[in-house]
Amino acid sequence: MNTETKQILTSDGIPLEQSLKKAERINKIKAFLLVAPLLLFLLITYIFPIGEMFSRSIDDKMITNMLPKTFKAMESWDGQELPSEEVFESFLIDYQVLIDAKIQGKLTQRLNKEKNGFNSILKKLKRKMKKFEDGNYKEQVLSVHKRFKDVAYWRAIKRTAPPYSVAKYLKAVDMFEDENGNYVQVEEKRRIYKKLWIRTFEVAFFVTIFCFLMGYPIAHLLATIPMKYSNLLMICVLLPFWTSLLVRTASWMILLQQQGLVNDFFVLIGLVADNNRPEMMYNKVGTYVAMSQILLPFMVLPLYSVMKTVSPSLMRAGKSLGGTPFVSFWKIYFPLTVSGIGAGSLLVFILAVGYYITPELVGGASGKLISNQIAYHMKQTLDWSFASAMGLMLLCGVMAIYWVYNKLVGIDNIKLG
Amino acid sequence: MALPSYTETRYRIWHYFYLFICTCVFVYLIAPLFVIFPLSFSADEFLVFSEGMKRLDPDAFSTRWYKDMVWGTKNPWGLAAKNSLTVAFFATIGSVLIGTLAAVGLSSRHMPYKGIIMAILISPMIVPLIISGVAIFFFMAKVGLAATHTGIIIAHIILGTPFVVITVTATLSGFDHSVTRAAASLGSTPINTFMKITLPLILPGVISGGLFAFVTSFDEVVVVLFLAGLENTTIPIQMWIGLREQLSPTILAVATCLIIMSTLILVTAELLRRRSERLRGINR
Repeated sequence: MNTETKQILTSDGIPLEQSLKKAERINKIKAFLLVAPLLLFLLITYIFPIGEMFSRSIDDKMITNMLPKTFKAMESWDGQELPSEEVFESFLIDYQVLIDAKIQGKLTQRLNKEKNGFNSILKKLKRKMKKFEDGNYKEQVLSVHKRFKDVAYWRAIKRTAPPYSVAKYLKAVDMFEDENGNYVQVEEKRRIYKKLWIRTFEVAFFVTIFCFLMGYPIAHLLATIPMKYSNLLMICVLLPFWTSLLVRTASWMILLQQQGLVNDFFVLIGLVADNNRPEMMYNKVGTYVAMSQILLPFMVLPLYSVMKTVSPSLMRAGKSLGGTPFVSFWKIYFPLTVSGIGAGSLLVFILAVGYYITPELVGGASGKLISNQIAYHMKQTLDWSFASAMGLMLLCGVMAIYWVYNKLVGIDNIKLG
Repeated sequence: MALPSYTETRYRIWHYFYLFICTCVFVYLIAPLFVIFPLSFSADEFLVFSEGMKRLDPDAFSTRWYKDMVWGTKNPWGLAAKNSLTVAFFATIGSVLIGTLAAVGLSSRHMPYKGIIMAILISPMIVPLIISGVAIFFFMAKVGLAATHTGIIIAHIILGTPFVVITVTATLSGFDHSVTRAAASLGSTPINTFMKITLPLILPGVISGGLFAFVTSFDEVVVVLFLAGLENTTIPIQMWIGLREQLSPTILAVATCLIIMSTLILVTAELLRRRSERLRGINR
């Protein structure tokens, strides 16, 4: 018998295997072409700009371009003693170019940030250098101010040479690079960003906990009562979900104000005195109360869809085997809903970490989060590279959680409404 | 949910406690929306329930804020509503077109690198809006589309497509592919098959994805805050400005209109969802 398998041919005479592969390839290309417009669109308008945020956040070319000759001359300088004559000459040439273009202020400002004291000596140099004679520049510059004799100032200039720096990232965690190139923390009372990061994650964490504590009972109720009631109650969950975020925030601003209904209610039941109404808005309380309500539907919906799949007969079986309602709930029902808890919690946490609108409106000074700081630097101080750096750090955090979410739940399992 | 007659007292108490908790949470969810209604009909301009309103005195109520919203001097709402609707309309059409195409491609079992591509397509929904805002602003500033309608429409297409992709992929997951094969075997071209067979079947998913895209665009404020100039103001921007500066009852009148609109959209979306589940043969 012939052990060799005979090649099967299609009617065109092409081997079947080859023909199938070709068909498969065509199908692949067809499917990809359908996705291509959206993929390209998002890559160009969205993914690349996010990448551009990265190059912007480490960009430090300004000084590099302002003192090209100086940095070239400084290449061979070891930083131990005062630089050579050549460095002084190139520095004066570069500085003169900047003065002619009237942009020397930017250099002064940036160098002063690197090391305090540059401001006055550079201004003095500008006045004196008009009368400088040719040759022997080193001595003439040194005679302008005694700080020019300090090597530390020249080292500071050299430190600004690389076109890239991680300074913005250090600033976002309250650190900076000192004269010796070590990363150190800023002084105690000027640390603000670390606190802000901690607060952002703290608020997101507690909002997730609150949403879970409130969402679990009502998702359970919705999943266990008869359909005609649950459809009606579901509207209570879905209507806020579909309503404008600003409308919901506005209603919380009305409810939480000092003469608002919540305070009226507290006075009515005698919890607080009428003349001593607590401030519930423009602080963390406002952020917590409003954000929990706004994000609650995102917890309830995934929980509900998981709870719907748990058969009620399991609980009955638990009870018939002698488990008390609490035991059967804890041993049977709860473990079956853990996947829903994971999905809902991660979704709420991801959304809460990046929240902007609600903290900005009801958060006051103590309820503001990292997003608010990003917007502040984008719109007020115009320090876009710092805003980009903080944005990317936040993005990394979110991506890490998203990755966990994808592993646990799968992104194609996100359900809406 | 009635308890069986043999339930012990402590479980009975626990059960009523549980129902009480649920009621509280439902009130917490829905009540904030209802404070807006009566206050938007208030006769005076303070955003608190006046004594007259508590007594249901007809003089304490008026429609002046609605009149102010429509005819008020220097009112920005007309322009804002026009801009919002224009932007949302085009953004929805754009999102639905490319989103549906992509979803059809993604649902094909031949699609290569499905996981990573899906992750990219969904990313605008996951990335915090403030970061999307910064990135999109950099892009628009570079290509000179900042402070234009086109720029805002493109930004909203970016934010809206994930919803269309998700809803349409979900609808296609229960799709019986033998019907398209049947059509092909009867000599139909792929485009004809899509228009005559596939599209009518997935239409509920497409429309509810479109509704999501519309609401996303209509309600979006963070990205527009970065992009909009004075002429591109939208309803959310005007509300944002109003809430930050002077909280006037006119805003509540606008808010009431928005709540009515979202109720209508919710009803439509729910009806579509049920129809879609019926078509896909999912009985719950």
